Order: sequence, then C-alpha cells, then structure tokens
Amino acid sequence: MPADELTLELAQHEIRERLHWFELDRRDFLKLCGGGLLVTLAGRSAAGQEAGGGFRQHELPKELSAWVHISEDGKVTVFTGKVEVGQNIRTSLAQQVAEELRVPFGDITMVMGDTDLTPWDMGTFGSRTTPTMGPQLRNMAVAARETLIEAAAQQWKTDPKALIAADGKVNDPATSRSLTYGDITRGQKLTQTVSGDPPLTPASDWKIAGTAVPKADGHDFVTGKHQYPSDIARPGMLFGKVLRPTGFNATLVSADTGEAEKTPGVQVVRDGDLIGVVAPDAWSAERAISSIQAKWNVPSQISNQDLFEYLRSHPDTEQRHGSGEPPDGEEVKSAMERADVKLEQHYTVQYIAHAPLEPRAAVAEWADGRLTVWTGTQRPFGVRDELAAAFRIPETQVRVIMPDMGSGYGGKHTGECAIEAARLAKAAGKPVKVVWTREEEFTWAYFRPAGWIEIRSGAKRDGSLVAWEHHNYNSGPAAIDTPYNVEHRVTQFHPTQSPLRQGSYRGLAATANHFAREVQMDELAHALGMDPLDFRLKNLADERLRAVFEKAADGFGWGRRKASPGRGFGIAGGMDKGGRIATCVEVEVDPANKKVRLRRVVQAWESGAIVNPDGLQNQITGAIVQAIGGALFESIDFKGGRILNAHFAEYRVPRFSDIPEVEVILIDRKDLPSAGAGETGLVGLAPAISNAIFAATGTRLRDMPMAAGAEFTS
Amino acid sequence: MGDFVLNVNGADLHVRAAGEEKLLFVLRDRLHMTGTKYGCGEAQCGACTVLTDGIATRSCQARIDSCSGKKITTIEGLERNGALSGVQRAFLDEGAFQCGYCTSGMILSATQLLREHPHPSDEQIVAYMDGNICRCGTYPRIVAAIKRASQSTAKEGGNHAG
Repeated sequence: MPADELTLELAQHEIRERLHWFELDRRDFLKLCGGGLLVTLAGRSAAGQEAGGGFRQHELPKELSAWVHISEDGKVTVFTGKVEVGQNIRTSLAQQVAEELRVPFGDITMVMGDTDLTPWDMGTFGSRTTPTMGPQLRNMAVAARETLIEAAAQQWKTDPKALIAADGKVNDPATSRSLTYGDITRGQKLTQTVSGDPPLTPASDWKIAGTAVPKADGHDFVTGKHQYPSDIARPGMLFGKVLRPTGFNATLVSADTGEAEKTPGVQVVRDGDLIGVVAPDAWSAERAISSIQAKWNVPSQISNQDLFEYLRSHPDTEQRHGSGEPPDGEEVKSAMERADVKLEQHYTVQYIAHAPLEPRAAVAEWADGRLTVWTGTQRPFGVRDELAAAFRIPETQVRVIMPDMGSGYGGKHTGECAIEAARLAKAAGKPVKVVWTREEEFTWAYFRPAGWIEIRSGAKRDGSLVAWEHHNYNSGPAAIDTPYNVEHRVTQFHPTQSPLRQGSYRGLAATANHFAREVQMDELAHALGMDPLDFRLKNLADERLRAVFEKAADGFGWGRRKASPGRGFGIAGGMDKGGRIATCVEVEVDPANKKVRLRRVVQAWESGAIVNPDGLQNQITGAIVQAIGGALFESIDFKGGRILNAHFAEYRVPRFSDIPEVEVILIDRKDLPSAGAGETGLVGLAPAISNAIFAATGTRLRDMPMAAGAEFTS
Repeated sequence: MGDFVLNVNGADLHVRAAGEEKLLFVLRDRLHMTGTKYGCGEAQCGACTVLTDGIATRSCQARIDSCSGKKITTIEGLERNGALSGVQRAFLDEGAFQCGYCTSGMILSATQLLREHPHPSDEQIVAYMDGNICRCGTYPRIVAAIKRASQSTAKEGGNHAG
C-alpha cells in the first residue's frame, strides 16, 4: 500500500496523534528469555516493515526488538503486537512461522498484544496483519532457521549449504546425523539480527501454511476455559461503575451521592469530571451507581430525520480531504454530455453499531507507580499511550495486556474503559474491574459513520462507461475509486462534522462506496438494456476481479433463471485492501407486505495465496452474515443526544433466522502475496441485495438499511 | 445478603449474596466460574445460557434465591473425565466459532435442543437457537455442528451431552 493511501487509512482509523518511539526497556525481558536463539530486527526490512514504522512521525525501533525466541528445549515463542479478536491470526501467523522455521505447528506459542513483551505495533485493523505481519514474521523465522543451520554446520565442521532443516531438526543428508533445535541452542545464547529480506518459501511449496490447521486453543473456547478481558480477576480486586450522563454533550448540574456512600463496602470516587463507585462485588457497585441522583443539562441536538441534511451542510474544514484527484469538472462534464445514457442518484448509509458480544472491559492495577491494564482493544499500544497521557506518566510506566477478546469489528480502537478502570483503581488503591453494560457499549463507544453519496455516470449505447463522478460525504474514502475503466472520472471524499461520535468499522466506507457504485452500475445496465454481469465485464480490465465475477456467476447459475414477480437475482462486486469479491444473491419479496427474504448467497473471494482455507472460509462467511444487518435492518436511532435503540431488543442484529443458504468460493492464487481478508468480504452483499430487490419488484432501494420498515421489511 | 447453596455441575457450592442477585454474576464474580458470559443482561443474546433442571435458562435473568435446589449445568460441567461432550466435540470439529464469546451459550442451548429433539430439523434448530447471537456470523457452522452432534449422539446411542 503506498504511503499516501496508508495515511488515509490511518486517518480513517482515528490515529491522528503522534506515533511513538519504541522506548521500552526490554533488557529484563531479554533476560527472561534465557538461553537459546533470539531473533531480532535491525534497521529497515523491506517486506512488512509497516509494524516498525518509518512512516509519518513514527520512527524505526531504536532498541532491540525480539520477534522469535527458540528455547533450549526447542520450543518456539513468537512475539507480535497484533491481537486475536476472532479473525484467527493467532493460528495463521503461527502457521507461517512454523512453515519457514520448519517446525511442527504445535511447537509455536504466540505472545500477542502485550506492550511489555511484544514489539510496538500500530494496531490490528485495515486487514494489515496478513500482508505485513505475515512477511515480517516469516523473515524472522527464515533468519532463525539459517542461524540454526549455521550453528549445526559449525558443530559438525561442515558446509551449511549441505544441511537441511526439517521438523525442528537440522539434518545432514550425507551422514544421516541430525540435531534438534534444542540440541543446537542448549547452553548457548545466540542472537541473530535481521536486516535484509531473506528468501521466503514460495506458497506453492507450503506444507503447514496453506493448510486448514484448526484454530489455536480451540479446546479452551468450547470448555469455557479461555479468559477474555472481562474474565480477568486480580487479588483484592474491586468492581467499578461510572455515572453516565443522560445525553451526549451534557453538563452536570448536580449529583447527590449520599445514598451510594451509605451502601456497605462502597466507595464513591469523584475525580474531575468522573463520578464513579467501587465495591467488593458487582451487585453493590451496580446498586450504588443507580442510587446516585444526578441532574444533567443536555443541549438540544439533531435526530435521524435531519442527519443527511446536516452532513451535507456541515463540512469539516479542519480535516484533510480524502482520496481522488482535484475535481476536473470540465472534462467530466463534456464527457457526460457525449454519453448516450446518463444517471444521477444519491445513496445513504446510517450510523450502525459494532455491538461486539463482549462489551468493553478492563482490569487496572497500580503497583509502585506503574500501571497494568488488561483490556479488550485492537490497539494495545494506542491504549497504552492514551493511559500514559491521561495520567501524565511515561509510557514505560504503563503495560497493556490484551487477552484474545470477544471481538471488535473496528469498534475497539480506543481506551475509554481502560482509563475509567485505571482512574477508579488509583482512587481506591486496589485493582478495579470495569465492564460496560450493553447499553453503555451501544451509547458511549463510537459508530460506523453515516454517509451521503452522490454518483453521476454516463455510458455509450454499446455499454462502455465514459464519465464517472463519485462524492462521499462523511462516510469515508475507502474503496471510493471505481475498478471499472472510465476515462473521465472524479472521486472525492468530503469530510463533514458528525452529530455522533464515529470511527472505524470493519471495511470502513468500502461498504458504503461499493453499495452506491454497484447499485449505480446495475441501474446503468438496466438503462442500457444489458445484463448486469456483461455490463460489468465489458468495463473491467482487472483480471483478478473478472475471475471472481465469473466464478461467483458460475457457482450461482447467473442468467440461468430469470427474475419473476417476487423473486429476483442480483450481482455486485469490487476490490479493496488487496482482496477481490463478487457476490450473487437471490431474494424473495412478499408482494403483500414487501417482506424481503434473502434466500441464497454465492460469494467468490480471492486474496492471493491462502494461508488457512478453513479460517478464510469462516471469515468470509462471517462477513456475509454481518453484512446482512447493515444491508437490511441495522441502524442507530437517535434523538436529542440520546440513543433510542441501545439494546438488542431494539437494535436488531442478524440471527439464525436471517441466514440464507451461503456458498463461499475461494480462489487460491499461490503466485500472489497473501492479502488480508477480515473486511472486504462484507462489501458485495448490500448492493447485490438492492439489485435483486429491483429485479424482483421494480423498486430501486438506495438507502441502507433497505428493509427496516420504511417501505420494505425483513 | 444471605447464604445460599447452589448445585453447580454436581457440586454443592456455598455462596453469600443478595437474594435478588442474578445467577450470571454470582457464577462469574462470586464463584469465579467465568465460562458463562455477559452479553446484554436482558435475555436478548443467549451468551449467559446455562441449564437449570434441564431447562435452557438465561442466567442474567435468574434470581439466585430462585436457583436453590436446582441442578445447574454450566459450560465448565460438560467435559467429563477429560472427554468433551458430543456437542463440544462437534463445535470443535466444525470450527463453529470465531472469537468464541458466544460459544458457551451456544453449546448449552444446543445441548438442551438435542435433549428435546435428538434429530432436529433445520427449522427446529433455527427456532430453538434464534435467541443466541453470534456477532461474528458463524451461524452456518453452528447449525452444521448441531447436526453433527445429533448424528454422533445417535451413533453412540446417546451420550453424556450435558
């Protein structure tokens, strides 16, 4: 990804603060590792060095940062600042290390997202783990393997080129002797510093990577043993609750904490703008916080009804403008004039919530001025910096530990809950746990941005596109550029002020921009009297995208059945973050009540060489399921600074009864580098559904969610 | 505050709590059995599902003073002598989870579903499981896991599923 695109991506992920030096004193940690082989990174390695920086204000790690350690018993420990949130990178990264190091998968332990133990990392988002951390760790593993071969050659006084590493051993084929990695490292302290990019094993030769290794620690998930952030407990720990305002941007008028103070065991904490309680048990804390009589002044604020008018009339002049060339109005205008078929439409997406099943949770503990926080976040180093800033202490005095969490979907980049727990713990002088309620998570986290998108397009009678103009207000610039051939085009992101706190979401604006673009493409195809698939292929040069369209269409049987009243078929696709997607759907619409049923989805996906086909299948299926919500019914309802549907009873998410027949077709391109697959799997569904509903009913839906009751239901 | 005896996974556990406290928080915070999860506190997501006297129960709604004398089964109680229950095994074999946070509740609900309907139809699975949310969207695999468990249960002539 070019640096300017990465900058944009980061801006979308709310990372605007200065990025920091990797300053931790890791000498204790290195001592901990004891003997064996430690592989570290020096200088800039070309492949995947995003994690180490060299970008914007972030500098390369100045100190030794260890990535791979092989102990004297041959066990391998891998250190990465990336985190596991259900996307299965604990497994897929370990597979890649096992592959390059030539050890069994089971010999690898991944240490992830612990700011004291792992090298600095920007965060786990943007589908960056597979394309950046994958090659990074593979480099380290190759260096380790070469070092072990070298050491064995020295012991045997032979040529290292004649030796082969396999199954955790170095073998000498000439003499049939072998040494395990533990034999080689025993009694030694080897350090190998990597500076170049050693040759990686091509995907066509993979034996462990590229296979369906089951999810690491699967047994712990089916037995309830896995400890999520909200499960962490510390000796002497208290339970904390924080008083919430009755609306956004509220100011406190008064608070009577008398009743709470009388509750046995409860301590009321007033610390600046924070009012909270701590208690020896969660029940007492809950009772105490709800006994506080507070008056708040909530200013008048806009509601859903005024949202899109607001977005279009409140440009954010402080934010940098997004992607795309400066508007070349004249050329596009004259190209549009020459078009035989012209269209102009707008599309909208509402705010939606991530609603991870595990809400924000944190346990904070102070000891000798040093703060340790266990919390669920996609950015442990970012949260460490937030904590350091909040308490005005050096980052070296803060440790954030991220146990594999109950997911995030882009919704857990921030450290609110960690800061609350740390403030309460400081006041109480004991460790404190804070777990947000579902209502708090729905209200005080942040939302996927709402957006208003305008597209103007023109095509010739033969179906070739000649002009394209795409304007996105607020929702974001991700995947705003059309993959279709159009000579004259303008794509522009217009940042606006946002009435609600907004931030990252799985796929960012790629969902909204694909929705608008792929619905408009369908509208053009119908205006031209062309088959929607043929129209796309006519204007598409990218061979990989063509391939997924053809695979999806073939698997679905596109064109074999014609739409009939109440039954329609739709197709859509696109590319982002190195992944290619095409989605075919079948919908039924009851003519009596306009109830939409999604019956069948066939989605083709290609993201280069597949690291774990089972994990990938799971991700892509999950993306389709999650996308059903945003496409058909998810929407945040707000008024007067309040969220009106902050509960699962009112905010509908996809359930078993919403799930159609799903078929995922994976294309394994072993000749291409592996791209991330956590996000882009969402983007095809909504436009395909809109196109299918049009085919079934003749009604064109351009607003997400499409079937939340305004006209269509689901 | 009162003293209660809860029969959890076959063991009588003594706990001091307020009678109105919910079973979920007593299990998690007082008995340190964290396999049962909080997802919403409103019986809308199923993450906290346990079995009480063989009924799939949202533990976030069950007052502790109504649980005395009942046999409570949590996710921690399904494994016997190191062997996973048929449903646990099937979830593992199908890879029917991503982040895994809903998995305890899914497995308990599925365990009870299979007791009531040893060979459930697709419609019965959807109807029974619809109160359990998986935000990662692994529903198709969970359905496959339930079917797999129902087949293995048949083969073994019924097992200790729960």
